[in-house]
Amino acid sequence: MRVVKHVLGRVAFYVVAAVFAAVFALPLLWLVFAPFGSRATLSVALPDPFTLSNFGRVFANTFAVRALFQNSIIQAVGTMILVTLLATLAAYALSRAPIRGRDVLSYGLVLFSSIVTGTAAMVPIFLLIFNLGLIDTHMGVILVFTGGLLPAAIFIMRDFVDSIPRSYEESALVAGASPWGMFRDIALPIVRPGMMVVGVWTFVNVWGGFLVPFILLRSPTKMPAAVAIYSFYTEGGTPIITLTTAYALLYTLPVLALYLFVNWKYGFRFFGGIKS
Amino acid sequence: MHQRRTILPLRTGLLFLGPAALFIGAFILLPFFWIAGVSFTNRTLTGATAANPQFVGLQNYLKLFDLSTFMNPGQFGSSLVITGQFVFWSAIVGQAVLGLLLAWFFYRRSGWVKESVQTLAIVAWIIPDVVVAFAWNAFLDYDGGTLNWLFGLVGLHKVDWLLAMPLLSIVLFNAWRGAAFSMLLFSSALGSIPPSYLETADVAGAGPWQRLKDIILPLIRTHIVTDLILITLWTFNTFGPFLLTGGGPAFKTEVVSVLTYRMAFKYFDFGTGSALGMVMMLINLGFALVYLGLLRRQGSSR
Repeated sequence: MRVVKHVLGRVAFYVVAAVFAAVFALPLLWLVFAPFGSRATLSVALPDPFTLSNFGRVFANTFAVRALFQNSIIQAVGTMILVTLLATLAAYALSRAPIRGRDVLSYGLVLFSSIVTGTAAMVPIFLLIFNLGLIDTHMGVILVFTGGLLPAAIFIMRDFVDSIPRSYEESALVAGASPWGMFRDIALPIVRPGMMVVGVWTFVNVWGGFLVPFILLRSPTKMPAAVAIYSFYTEGGTPIITLTTAYALLYTLPVLALYLFVNWKYGFRFFGGIKS
Repeated sequence: MHQRRTILPLRTGLLFLGPAALFIGAFILLPFFWIAGVSFTNRTLTGATAANPQFVGLQNYLKLFDLSTFMNPGQFGSSLVITGQFVFWSAIVGQAVLGLLLAWFFYRRSGWVKESVQTLAIVAWIIPDVVVAFAWNAFLDYDGGTLNWLFGLVGLHKVDWLLAMPLLSIVLFNAWRGAAFSMLLFSSALGSIPPSYLETADVAGAGPWQRLKDIILPLIRTHIVTDLILITLWTFNTFGPFLLTGGGPAFKTEVVSVLTYRMAFKYFDFGTGSALGMVMMLINLGFALVYLGLLRRQGSSR
């Protein structure tokens, strides 16, 4: 009887797990198969015949290639560098300098940044960028993303800085190190994993971001892949499915690769502690 | 925390903090006050009111809350109701419940099955918005869509999801999209429960449902509150539905963020757009204050 119960329990476990798996996999299945077929429909079907020609045609489209391999990269890497650098400096200051109310400050900023967000924030941000003369520039997009992502990045980074034992820096101080030298030679090497996490997180956020470039950019030559993906249309105005899905797959791969990298290196978990 | 010695002098600290403070000031604090100012004007992108916007007092707000048209399709009231339904069903019911079920189902288990299913949920959560929207457009398609194909398999009639049930479509879409966050948060919450609590329950012969209701849920109450407020805030502000339906058909999926977009960036009526943005931010502020209040109450009751 116990054996039967055990077997039934295992079977039930696999059945429920399979249902969960299907729920999350089914909507994406089409996207995995469609890029490799020569004749795409909106239904899921094994590509027959299997072909890589769609990717060739995507690479022949200079506009789309520039969006993915130039514009998206400029915007994502630019923001990544700015956010990682500024967040590390700020988190170090908040952790080590006697700034009054620093805990309230870092928490309050995260909260405030979740209030001034999304479409609501895009109205004044558009006017700000417009008045700065940065509409339709990579710089405008990078600055806006940097401002929006910084509070959370500082919050994540503080967790890493707070975990460095203070004694390292205290001995360096006794040895006569300057504050900047101490930061560069002692703190930076230790918080490198934190910078990595913040950097990847920033990159993925900008890479997938649609609203900011959609509103701030005008000329097709500056669009990132998130916006350029809407360009594979026939003259009649229907999307060319084979090309769109091939492009979507290329565009998604870096995100998946970075996830696997972070998962392998640090384990995918919450950084910066969602405090209960 | 006791301070032994100051590692970074205050002045250097402020210098380190400066660049970040500048960005946050310019792109988060300033916009909050700027939008309040613009919402009292008739500012547009082009034309005479672009260079010389006039002060119009509360006119933009009065227009939003004009009760004679408030509930008409495409108006603020109707949009708020749609947003409320969207947030309740897709975040609070969809994401939180699905996330909790996933976390609970794999709790105290390990192995490739758990890894694979959780990875699938995480993939749905991290891939870019526009890609997800494309995939779901195909998934919900009337003729070839995978969902209708499944319906056919079990003998159900095909449904024209995006046209006949647009609100349900964006609800399913958003629940699927964001469930991983709740799953991760609840998984880490469950992981913090001392195993001895559940062993005691096992010895006492409690069933799985009783264990969940009487032991697990009370213990992770604070995590549940955190999760609900965060996903409510995010879902309230998300622009995702626009990518799937564009707000249509006939404004049936025009949540407040999409309405704001239409006013500000399609009609370039920044006055109305700002008033809408201001109301959204005040609602966000409300969520944040509720969250802070709950955290404080829990902090003091400990």
